[in-house]
Amino acid sequence: MAERELKKKSTGTDHAKESVEEVPATSAKGEKLKAELDDLLDEIDEVLEDNAEEFVRNYVQKGGE
Amino acid sequence: MAIPKVCGIETEYGIHVENGDPNPIAASSVLINAYAQDIVRQQTGWDFEDESPGNDARGYAREGSMPPKVETHLLNTVLTNGARFYVDHAHPEFSTPECADALECVRYDRAGEQILIRSMAAANSAVPDGRRFIVYKNNSDGKGNSYGTHENYLMDRATPFDRIVHGITPHFVTRQIFTGAGKVGSETPTHDGRQVDFQITQRAEFFEERVGLETTLKRPIINTRDEPHADPHRYRRLHVIVGDANLAEVASLLKVGTTSLVLAMIEDDIGGDRDLDLADPVRAMHQVSLDRTFGHGLEMSDGTTATALEIQWELFSLARKYADDRGLECMGNEGVGEEVLRRWEMVLHGLETDPMSLARQLDWVAKLRLLEAYRERHGCGWDDHRLAAMDLQYHDLRPERSLFARLDTEKLIDEQSVISAITEPPRNTRAWFRGQCLTKWPAEVVTANWDSLVFDLGTDPLRRVPMMDPLRGTADHVDELLRQSATPSELLDRLSS
Repeated sequence: MAERELKKKSTGTDHAKESVEEVPATSAKGEKLKAELDDLLDEIDEVLEDNAEEFVRNYVQKGGE
Repeated sequence: MAIPKVCGIETEYGIHVENGDPNPIAASSVLINAYAQDIVRQQTGWDFEDESPGNDARGYAREGSMPPKVETHLLNTVLTNGARFYVDHAHPEFSTPECADALECVRYDRAGEQILIRSMAAANSAVPDGRRFIVYKNNSDGKGNSYGTHENYLMDRATPFDRIVHGITPHFVTRQIFTGAGKVGSETPTHDGRQVDFQITQRAEFFEERVGLETTLKRPIINTRDEPHADPHRYRRLHVIVGDANLAEVASLLKVGTTSLVLAMIEDDIGGDRDLDLADPVRAMHQVSLDRTFGHGLEMSDGTTATALEIQWELFSLARKYADDRGLECMGNEGVGEEVLRRWEMVLHGLETDPMSLARQLDWVAKLRLLEAYRERHGCGWDDHRLAAMDLQYHDLRPERSLFARLDTEKLIDEQSVISAITEPPRNTRAWFRGQCLTKWPAEVVTANWDSLVFDLGTDPLRRVPMMDPLRGTADHVDELLRQSATPSELLDRLSS
């Protein structure tokens, strides 16, 4: 990791500083995400296919490309 | 100087039929026909003149290798946005038109999703017997069958192929930490026999070779198909088969954007002090997909070890310096190039400090977060069928069933731009000429392919217009010409004068 820190400093650009500060890990965003996830979990059983086991078993594809 | 990285994405979609004949070839045909006939009311066929998927970039074919067959009898259409929409093997496939930059490529990939959604609706109302067609944007059925999402990049023919192989392999192996779409479980035995609960990518475990021509058997990390769809003396098209289908736009942008940049550096022969050559890239590919802690040291050819994150930081640092020294013209659009670099750094930093903070940016994180929350709420183990069902439904394109659509992932492209890309071609490549001719003269363009259009002027013989340079035929080049030409005959007269 020390090596990487060195490298980043040696390239020493403003872009680097700016974007490190913009990492989307702020707690406010985290809280919002969690609330949305809770809402999604509340409704997910209605969206999920009725018989999960059968649904998964029936999804068979041919290899492609 | 590196040439502009014109790019495109081909996606083979998973297809499932409820209440009817499960034949995927028939189902794919119904789907594409429904779109071509009911929605765009146009069907321009594909011209196979230039298909040669058996040509090997190494200049020879290895004994026992199996070039893919060209299936000329299956449904094939060209759309007014310059894309190809067709049946490939047993899947509906959408190939974006040639795009001048990575963000444009994401826009057309998103337009492809919308085209498939419209196709599903059209097919469901076209068949009276209660059959229901369901399309998934994923790469595996969870039972060992994989289908691909391929990327294409324009390369300078002068760059030795060996240098491309050496330079891009470390990126293909380690970019998975942000390109992966995530998957519950595994479909092949692991090296150490352990059980897998969740892995970062859909595709990694299907790769068995370093370099090769195949795409369906013994899949190679570097595919050697040498089919440039352009002037073969000047250009190469690097056909990339290692990627996952992404729904998250940031993941998709980084997949195409970082790869474009690394390829440009390879063309300009830029390398760092450290040799990033992996001792066993195939094994490393599997290891990276299985390591959610990013702590696993991959064996390097020089006897040292490096984690996927360390290799990515090294590549990022080189790219940052490359951009500062030489600019980002190679990215088609310098602003997009800067955006790719900014997000590349942000995502590596996020993966290093708190991977779950990237749930709005990366597919595998978004999916894992949802699965973990569900597991916590219901107290279920990783072998619970509901988790496998959620994995599948993450990729379901039906708006009412898609789990991805319910997650608030970060958007880079507004919906209106996606909608316009359903019918309008990109302005900055030859796709503009293809799409505009199809729009203007649907009856006279009888077939089309990547590097030519064939016109029927009502007089023998048919007239082929070659388009051997992906960077010519842009709106700037041909709009005046198209405006002046009231008929295809006039266009052809002007072109040949």
